[in-house]
Amino acid sequence: DPLTLHSSAKAEGRSDLIASIKLRHCCLLRNQRCVTAYLYDRLLRIRALRWEYGSVLPANVRFHMCAEEVQWFSQYKKSLASFMRSLGGGEGLDITQDMKPPKSLYIEVRCLKDHGEFEIDDGTVILLKKNSQHFLPRWKCEQLIRQGVLEHVMS
Amino acid sequence: MDTQSYLPVQPGVGMQENFLSLDDILLSHERLPIRTECAFPRLGYLEKATDAQDIPQGLYERKRRVLSVELPKVYREGWRTVFNADPNVVDLHKMGPYYYGLGSQMLHFDSPENPEIAQTLLQTFIGRFRRNMDSSQNAYNEDTSALVERLDCLEKFLFTSGQSGLNGFQSWEKGRASQLTASSLVLNYRKRKMADVPP
Repeated sequence: DPLTLHSSAKAEGRSDLIASIKLRHCCLLRNQRCVTAYLYDRLLRIRALRWEYGSVLPANVRFHMCAEEVQWFSQYKKSLASFMRSLGGGEGLDITQDMKPPKSLYIEVRCLKDHGEFEIDDGTVILLKKNSQHFLPRWKCEQLIRQGVLEHVMS
Repeated sequence: MDTQSYLPVQPGVGMQENFLSLDDILLSHERLPIRTECAFPRLGYLEKATDAQDIPQGLYERKRRVLSVELPKVYREGWRTVFNADPNVVDLHKMGPYYYGLGSQMLHFDSPENPEIAQTLLQTFIGRFRRNMDSSQNAYNEDTSALVERLDCLEKFLFTSGQSGLNGFQSWEKGRASQLTASSLVLNYRKRKMADVPP
C-alpha cells in the first residue's frame, strides 16, 4: 500500500525513496486503469449482444466469457425481463422486438444458411434450407434476421 | 439507420479525460520527452538529472514536481506557424493520430505557451472542419480512404458519424428504412471465423 510505504519512508529518513514510490505507484495505477477499461468494454459488448442477438448466447461466444461475465449477463437478462414484464400496466411488452416500425404482418425472407425445422404458430413446420424463400410472420423472423440466418427480402 | 447497442465510453471533452475511455487511454500512451529532476533510487531503468527520457504521457500526470516535460514538436512554435498558415495541408494522422486529444492534455502542464497552443488547436480544427464535413456528407457509396487517411482520430470519428447519417438518410429515401437487417455485431463475430450457431 503506497500510503503506508510513503509515511514509513518519511519516518525512517528514507525520503529519497519517495520519488521512486510515487513513480512505481503511478505505473500500478496505469495498469489498473487499462485492465478496468478492458473489462468494462467487454461488459458493454456482452450487454449489446442481449439486444442484437437474443437472450441465449451462441456457444462460441460464451466460451470466451469468464464465469463472472456469464453471471453478469444472466443477471442483466433478468433485470431486462422483469422491466419488460412491468410495462403496459402489468401486461408486459417485449421491447427487443419491432426495433424498426413494422410495415406489415408478414414478410418475405430468404434463408442464408441451413437452420433446420422451424415451427410457426398454426403448427406448420417450415424447413429452413439455404436459399429457400418463405412468407412468414414478421415477429417470428425478427430474431433470426438479426442473427444473420434469414435475410429480409424487399419487393 | 441501425440502432447501436454497443456504446463504448467516449473520450473526454477538452482537457477532461474519461478514465474508462479506450481512446483516452491510447492517447495518453503517446510518449513525451521529459527530464528527470531528481534521482530515483532503486529504479534501475531511470538515470539522474540531464538525461532526456521518453515516458508515456499518462504516467507523467502525477509526477509534476519531480519531472519536467518538453512539448512535443507538433505543438511547438515551428509547427504552430504551419498550422496557422493553412491547416488543411497537414497530415494530422501522421502528426500523432491524437493531435487534438493529446494537445488538450498537454495544457495541463502549465507551459507559458499554453494560450498559443490552445489557440492553434482551436483554429486548426475550425480551418479543417468545413472540408471534412463536406466530404463526409457527400461521399456516398465510394472508397473514402483517401479522404480519411490524413485525419486525426477526433476528425475520423466525426467523419464516420456524418457518413452514418448520410447512409441512413439515403436508405430511408430508397424505402429501405423498414428493412430488417442482421446485427453488425453478429456479422463482425462471424467475420472472425467463429463456428456457426447450432440450430
